[in-house]
Amino acid sequence: MTTATPASAIAIRRRRTPATPYLLLLPAVLILLVGLGYPVYWQVVTSLQQYGMMQQFGAPPTFAGLDNYARIFSDDRLWAVVGRSIVFCLVNAFLTVAIGLGLALLMKAVHSAVRITMQVVLLLAWATPLVAAVTVFRWLFDYRSGVVNWLLVQIGLDQYQGYAWLAQPLTFFLVATLVIVWMSVPFVAMSLYAGLTQVSEEVLEAARLDGASPRQILRHILLPLVRPVLAIVLLLQIIWDLRVFAQIRLLQDGGAPVSETNLLGNFIYELGIGSQDFSGAAAVSIFVLLLTVLLAAPYVRSLMKEDAA
Amino acid sequence: MSAATETVRPPAAVAPREVRPPARRPRPRVGKILLGVLGIVVSLLWVFPVYWMLLSAVTPNARLKASTPSFLPTHFTLANFTSVIGDSGFGGALRMSLMITGVTIVLVLAFAFLAALAISRWRFRGRTSFVLAVLFIQMLPAEGLFIAQYKMLSTVGESTPVLGLNSVLGISVLYTAMLVPFTIWMLRGFVAGIPAELEEAAMVDGLSRTKAFLRITFPLLAPGLVASGVYAFLQAWNEFTTALVILPAEDRQTLPIWLRSFLSASANRGIDWAEVMAASTLIAVPVIVFFLFVQGRMTSGLVSGAVKG
Repeated sequence: MTTATPASAIAIRRRRTPATPYLLLLPAVLILLVGLGYPVYWQVVTSLQQYGMMQQFGAPPTFAGLDNYARIFSDDRLWAVVGRSIVFCLVNAFLTVAIGLGLALLMKAVHSAVRITMQVVLLLAWATPLVAAVTVFRWLFDYRSGVVNWLLVQIGLDQYQGYAWLAQPLTFFLVATLVIVWMSVPFVAMSLYAGLTQVSEEVLEAARLDGASPRQILRHILLPLVRPVLAIVLLLQIIWDLRVFAQIRLLQDGGAPVSETNLLGNFIYELGIGSQDFSGAAAVSIFVLLLTVLLAAPYVRSLMKEDAA
Repeated sequence: MSAATETVRPPAAVAPREVRPPARRPRPRVGKILLGVLGIVVSLLWVFPVYWMLLSAVTPNARLKASTPSFLPTHFTLANFTSVIGDSGFGGALRMSLMITGVTIVLVLAFAFLAALAISRWRFRGRTSFVLAVLFIQMLPAEGLFIAQYKMLSTVGESTPVLGLNSVLGISVLYTAMLVPFTIWMLRGFVAGIPAELEEAAMVDGLSRTKAFLRITFPLLAPGLVASGVYAFLQAWNEFTTALVILPAEDRQTLPIWLRSFLSASANRGIDWAEVMAASTLIAVPVIVFFLFVQGRMTSGLVSGAVKG
């Protein structure tokens, strides 16, 4: 999308006014410091402090070193949540990317009318606001008049008459996966399709003339050429699927066992807002932030390459 | 049977070797039709939740509770929409959403535009660190920050309520901080796409730098600003996680939070899915319209580095 500018050439001419760029950056830097910088700082400090009920009533917090981390990380509940979050995240991310890749290849193969239909439909799903999407899925899977149970009964699976999907952790996460995959696949499919269209028609034609089968073309030409995009979208999905607080929270309203369906974000929410354990919540938050930074590093590196270009 | 095929086959199998392209065509054509059918099936599957939302929104609730759902709008009604719009909370939530989104868009565009100008028109000390920080910050999840943001705003609110919990300004500052990084990155692409030579040519013709910028560069940037504005609109309008934490008062909810309460309130008397779907539709439709408008810009911004590499 971006075209490289001869920015360096201009920069040399403008080096005489070095104050201007800093002034231009000032508002953005200030708002980032206020809105994100201070909260991160507060979390680091609070996670190292004793911050319980006494402090709620005005007692000064006392320094506690890594006690909060020790306390939180020896809590079995946290590890259950971490394990659940990681499994859920990886399953969703890989499923999304696999389906997205399938749809991208399908879009490349079909007639343009079918392709445009698919693109419009995917855009609709992509554009649907998260809260609306989760609400619609709650309606689809409603135990009493939901269309999913009706369809399953129609094909002879009578045990789904009045089946409460959200009441069991396993089927709860199945519905959550369906919502997330439905919402996330369009971005993956569109990005990969854009990547596939970059593969020149001559290369494919040459391969065909040399007698390559469609499967060989896929394995040896298309997939290697879209691998960079594939890696990026997979990474973004993993990062995004770690932060599914809203989807889980909204589905939990449907009568799910909360403690068995909490993921990391929900755990922090309950710890902090629910039981006012701010030090513990801050410690888990720092863990989540570090995990995100670690995972985001390769993505940021690829964007920096673009910036340097 | 086997003898017959054997006698027929050799010529058919030999022929392609001599005139390969014409003989090979029929097979891909059958395959292409099958793939086309698959594409249509996938499209129907993906569009179904959106269709079901719209259909349920224009169907009376009594009809939705019937033992056999109807798949076409046979009982068309707009009564669900009138009762949603008449709901006591809807107007207030709409006003909150509009105010927060408006303030956020203005702040995000102003701050991000200045910063984008700085990083794409100047090379200065600290530029790379700034870009690196911006790229990492845009990946940080709200779930890892909301506890600290909640504490920060509740402390500030004790002395200055206009910036505290439940305030339009307070949450807008947080939204701005969350959205400024990606918007800088997006606008950077637009600014970089406008050759600085245009501006310089105008200066050679006698315009001051400010005038050259305002008359030449700024109009060319309009599409970029519009796209970024729509992006900020979508994010602020749909945001759920931070709003849930920062706007706990019932009369200060934004639309997504209101939809959740509307559904929970409805659950107490056996969910009125027709009204809930009408409410979801009211929230989703403006978003879908705006989204279709800006989509191309956003996708390319997220993965352009990878596509190029």
